[in-house]
Amino acid sequence: MSDLTRSDTTRPSLAARLPGLSALGPLLALVLLVALGAYLNDNFLSAGNVTNVLARSAFIGMIAVGMTFVITSGGLDLSVGSMAAFIAGVMILAMNALLPMMGVGLPLILAGMAIALGAGLLAGLGNGLLVTKARIEPFIVTLGTMGIFRSLVTWLADGGTISLDFGVRQFYRPVYYSGLFGIAWPIIVFAIVAIAGQVVMRHTRFGRYCEAIGSNDKVALYSAVNVERIRLMTYVLLGLLVGLATIMYVPRLGSASGSTGMLWELEAIAAVIIGGTALKGGYGRVWGTVIGVLILSLIDNILILADLVSPYLNGTIQGVIIVLAVVLQRSKSSA
Amino acid sequence: MLELVDVRKSFGPIEILHGIDFALHAGEVHALIGENGAGKSTIMKILGGFLAPTSGAVRLDGAPAPYTTGAQAEAAGVVVIHQEFNLAPDLTVTENIWLGRELGGLFLDHRAMRAGAQALLDQLDSPIRPEARIRDLPVSDRQMVEIAKALSRNARVLIMDEPSAVLTHREVEVLFRQIERLRAQGVALLYTSHRLEEITRLADRLTVLRDGAVVRRAGRGELTEDGMATAMVGRDLQDIYPPKRHHAGSVALEVRGFCVPPLVRDVSFTLRRGEVLGISGLVGSGRTELAEGLVGLRPATGEILRHGVPVVLGSVREAAAHGMAYLTEDRKEHGLLLDKNLTENLTLSTLARFGSPFIKAAREEEALTKAIGDFDIRAPRRDMKVGNLSGGNQQKLLLAKTMLGDPEVVIIDEPTRGIDVGTKSQIYAFIDALAAEGRSVVVISSDMPEILGLSDRVLVMRHGRLAGELEGARVTETDVVRLVMGTQETETETETGTPATGTPATGTPATGTPDTAATRASGSASHV
Repeated sequence: MSDLTRSDTTRPSLAARLPGLSALGPLLALVLLVALGAYLNDNFLSAGNVTNVLARSAFIGMIAVGMTFVITSGGLDLSVGSMAAFIAGVMILAMNALLPMMGVGLPLILAGMAIALGAGLLAGLGNGLLVTKARIEPFIVTLGTMGIFRSLVTWLADGGTISLDFGVRQFYRPVYYSGLFGIAWPIIVFAIVAIAGQVVMRHTRFGRYCEAIGSNDKVALYSAVNVERIRLMTYVLLGLLVGLATIMYVPRLGSASGSTGMLWELEAIAAVIIGGTALKGGYGRVWGTVIGVLILSLIDNILILADLVSPYLNGTIQGVIIVLAVVLQRSKSSA
Repeated sequence: MLELVDVRKSFGPIEILHGIDFALHAGEVHALIGENGAGKSTIMKILGGFLAPTSGAVRLDGAPAPYTTGAQAEAAGVVVIHQEFNLAPDLTVTENIWLGRELGGLFLDHRAMRAGAQALLDQLDSPIRPEARIRDLPVSDRQMVEIAKALSRNARVLIMDEPSAVLTHREVEVLFRQIERLRAQGVALLYTSHRLEEITRLADRLTVLRDGAVVRRAGRGELTEDGMATAMVGRDLQDIYPPKRHHAGSVALEVRGFCVPPLVRDVSFTLRRGEVLGISGLVGSGRTELAEGLVGLRPATGEILRHGVPVVLGSVREAAAHGMAYLTEDRKEHGLLLDKNLTENLTLSTLARFGSPFIKAAREEEALTKAIGDFDIRAPRRDMKVGNLSGGNQQKLLLAKTMLGDPEVVIIDEPTRGIDVGTKSQIYAFIDALAAEGRSVVVISSDMPEILGLSDRVLVMRHGRLAGELEGARVTETDVVRLVMGTQETETETETGTPATGTPATGTPATGTPDTAATRASGSASHV
């Protein structure tokens, strides 16, 4: 929120590109957590554990990057968790249905991916249209669609679980479990999404407009910004990223149920806030969101690895950190 | 009873009250008049304890006033009725009247409060039901509730900020009877209004303000309405205005039968290249609404012709594509992103020119450097938040931002509101230069000298319509003031029952909206 952090778009010099101290808060917390983890458990820094933490972060991470744009432009999306479950359900059902026609193979997987992305786009478009055209509060709209998606997936699963055909699952598995140069696919995709998100936020009109709208949508409107379209696009972008996250998630378990993606929306929003994006909009920090996601995953991971505190207290610690992050943000903005 | 002694008030580096001496006496109505921005609102806020003077004293009964907040002032018997009402919209009339001083012990005594409210409303001859919700009441009724609330406070000093602005003629009569009754009871009253005939009728004493200083004091009957108007605006045009030497060229913009519901009706005018057209009128007369309608910020009907070709301008983008730009009067809420830096503000409306898909930071920096030079923007740091700039520098930045789009027609709303004289003069020079470049400039202003000093031609708006057009030698202060105040047409207004000033739409069928218009108007008036 400080002037120094924003100067990275305005001053080309390297010194000014370094984020200010206040922006370093989340980064510092992350470093401390890593040190703590390494101190508590020798396995913490092993390749296996690091991959595990990062791969699990990837789903929430991709969604949180999209959420950063929605929140930055003054919106909110509570429906992403149920949306992921719904997309997973639709994707699995579609792939099972297409199996007799297409057989196990790359075309079937690609078709499933296309369906997931399409479903995400449509879901985001629905949220966005309700917010921009029907002019309903984002909180209300997405509270509603959250319930709708969740109930739809439960209905599709008939209260149980939708499972991907076993053969397809074996073929699809590597998308989660395999990777390139020893780095798992979800991590690679997450990294690409994060870097692209950061570039879009900082160096394109879309990102600048998101910040302008969140900062003061009247000013944006008076400044010839197409406020409605930009807002709509943030929800569509988020929908697409939920679709992408689902594509990476489905091969992990190969199934979807009424409890898939439970509370993902809260984790995504928490990651955005911890990362230093203002909840009221106007200032977005994609790399901060990435750090926020990692912080949340690390807390989880450390509690499981170390015997210090019961893992059941995970939520308590995450909650304290979220509140703390907002308190720090406020003292920054009032300073 | 209540007096100000050599009161000065500064906001930042700008002093807006220059040593005011002003006294309210028991059993007298003291009228305070002056143009928008003359300092009336500030004086009332100081009297009511809402603002502290920078220097000088507020004295109540000869002793320093024993209050520093509005609530303490009320307890001391000094009650202010604000232009922007202080009523809770979701509470009832009764609840509002007793708010903060509810009757009863542990449980509220609803019956006594209701009876008390009813008695007060009866006193005011008002048919308002005590159980009505404020939200459901028309603006004039809300004003009555405010007055009833003030009466319930047993006010010794009552300060009324343009109370008649939102009332109809019949209601104004009731208000006057109450004022006269309070006066007879020995209450000291401060009354402000743009309707000079009300001043003539009510005021025992009169103080005229101009630019934060008292320019005239008079007793009852010492000043005619024309004399008041002259005293309010009467000053020499200083040389802060550039000489008028514009050569109006071809018609750049023609507007026919333009309506911006619910306020602006049937406005037609032409605008030539190289011309400065002034639009005058009271706050709330529809000037801003007209401008916002023209650039697609409000739904509007009517014809717009650019260079003789009809165009449809449904959004700011379309207006910009047709070379039209509007510079808002509200730079803090509509003009600039206060928590963003200079660059992001400067380039916001023309961002597409700075590279696609990636914005080229170097090009933005170049534009800022040029803008800082061209418009003499003084910022300690280039990456500072715009909210920390002075009003003058914000306005220069806003001007730079607007001109970055290279518009041929620029509508500038209140170009110098809240800006010191030095910067004003610079902005006038910029406006003059724009016209000299062959652009067409529309200047909307409540500042009469500004309109007269800048404009080649003046349109006057009243009640959302064009009240008249003045050109060349005919542009004199008296003419404009007469058209603005509508003093020539007072008789016709009395017949139709339309309020004289301030509430253009009260008499129209659209009763839902004058509320917002009036609130906006009062908000921007107090902003000065």
